[in-house]
Order: sequence, then structure tokens, then C-alpha cells
Amino acid sequence: MDIDLDPIESIAVPIYHHYHATSAKAITPFLHAIKRGELMGHLSSATGKVLFPPLGACPESGEATHEPVILKDSGTVIGFTTVHLPIPGSKLVPPFTVANILLDGADQTCSHLISECELGDVVIGMRVQAVWRPKDQWDYSLENIEYFKPTGEALVDVDELKQHCLERAKLRVKNRVKGNSTEVHHA
Amino acid sequence: MNSSSSNQILEADFELGFTYTRSPGIIIGKFLAALKQKKLYGIRGSDGSVLFPPTEYDPRTAASLNDFVPVSAEGEIVSWTWIETPREHHQVKGPFAFALIKLDGADTPFLHRLFCDDASSISAGMKVKVDWNDDRCGAITDIRGFVPLTATVGNF
Repeated sequence: MDIDLDPIESIAVPIYHHYHATSAKAITPFLHAIKRGELMGHLSSATGKVLFPPLGACPESGEATHEPVILKDSGTVIGFTTVHLPIPGSKLVPPFTVANILLDGADQTCSHLISECELGDVVIGMRVQAVWRPKDQWDYSLENIEYFKPTGEALVDVDELKQHCLERAKLRVKNRVKGNSTEVHHA
Repeated sequence: MNSSSSNQILEADFELGFTYTRSPGIIIGKFLAALKQKKLYGIRGSDGSVLFPPTEYDPRTAASLNDFVPVSAEGEIVSWTWIETPREHHQVKGPFAFALIKLDGADTPFLHRLFCDDASSISAGMKVKVDWNDDRCGAITDIRGFVPLTATVGNF
């Protein structure tokens, strides 16, 4: 026999995981720095690359990283995605653009929002600058930066930028071998 | 939080949520629509046996199934596990059992909650009946659980 009823077309089957997280040794100083309004990366002594955000290990060499480097809050768009569909649970209202941004002095991109421009104006190689929230709202979060905005500077050739980064990393390793200081440096 | 101590470990609660919705398909969709009406249907498999809950395809022959068969809201316990201290996701206040229950008219057992006073009162073959939720929306949770056939519905 058949069931003479309209079938249920959709059922909600959410899964929630509740965590209590503690910040690890590498993340802790990074979080305290962002609370102060500083962007702290880690220098990988093996590769000479500056990793941001620092996760405590160099993904290339596998070595633990300890050496803090304070980065500027400007960078270059390496890639981007414009989101047109709402994401359940997200407070972001589409359309919005998320970019992989290479901060000046870093060798690894981080993701953040791009705003103060038309969606269609975002391009690879665009120079961007962080727009910070009011200081009294700062927390232990990269959300202290509300978004990045275009600076209006000339576009950067990302292939040339990559070459520059690789050469700079080699130089850092070389200088290190010579016995340079390991104090906090500003990239 | 003392911001002067730059080595102080930070901690926070956070929730990772996967807010899935899924389409159950026409067979399970109709089964769920019937639950909302307090009606239970299994489905006849290739060998004539009644599968409950219904499946869209026969688990052995993979044949497409569509012959619904009404089954009883009463059945018997096949097996069970007592949960003394429910966790949040069990959505139950007090102790209960997960039980495999074979409904009268069905040939396969299915898993649901069993509410009774204590673990020692449960036995294989014990007769139970559905305890319906008052607020039904066409989901398996329209069945709140099962209770012993002899029991009046309590506040579990």
C-alpha cells in the first residue's frame, strides 16, 4: 500500500561539538600581541620564512618556531573569493570578499575581509591596509581588524613578490648563520 | 584576564556546529509524515518480510521498495543498554535505556529510547508501547520513546 500523505521534504540534523580550548605555547604570545594591536609572526630558523599566524611549527621543515617577528598591518592580496550565499551561523552578510593576504614581511598568507571598495574592484596584487576596530573593543582575536581596505598603491606582480620573499628568506638564514641577534625584530 | 602577563595561557569555550539539513527521500519522507499523524508504517522487503523503519531499497537485493505495511505501536524488547547518567545530547533528564524494539507486525528491530523505573525491570521479550510526543513535526523524535505496556506514562 501507499501512504497518502505528502512526504517530509527536509529534516534538520545538526551536529554540535562543544570544546573547551586552551591556547598552546606558540599561540599564546600571538594572542596577547593581537590584544595589544600587534601582529606577531614567527621566524622559522630552518627556512628563514616568517609565518603568520604562528602555529608553533614550520610547515616546510617541521621544526618548532619560537622567534617572534612583529609585522606591519599592510599587505598584498594573493587570492580572493566573493561569497554571495549566506553561511549558516555566520554574522557576515553577503555579498562579501575574503582574501588571502600576504602581510608585508610575512611569507605565509592569512585570510581576512576586504571592504571599502566595490566587489568587482578586488584584484590579485592589490595593496591593502588593515582597518582596526576601536581600541576598547580589542580582544584576543584577529577580528580586532575589522577588514582590510585598498591603499590605492600600484598593483604588485605576485610572481615578483614571491621571488622577493624567497630571496629574503635565504638572506635571513644566511645572516642568522653569521650570528645575528634573536631579539624581537620588526620586519 | 591580566594583559601584562604575556605568557598567561588563555582558555575559552567554543562550539563547532554543523547545521546540516537533509532530504530524507520519498519513502522515509512519507514514513516521517505518518509519524506526525501517530501512524507507524514499515515496508515490505523482497522476501516478504516487513522492514521497520522503512528503507528505500531492500538491504539484501537492492530492489526498490514501495509497499508500505502498517505496524503496531506496541512491540517487544530484543536488547537494551541502560544509561544511568544521560549526557546533554541524549535530551533526556533521568536514567533511561537504549533498546532494540521489534514492533508487532515488523520483522526487524529498531533502536529507540526506553523509559522505565530501573534497569532491573527490563527483560528481553518485555512488551512496550510508543510514548508519542505532543509536539510532532515529522521526525523520528515524534516518538519520545517507549514505555512498558503496563505503565502509565510518567515524567521521565
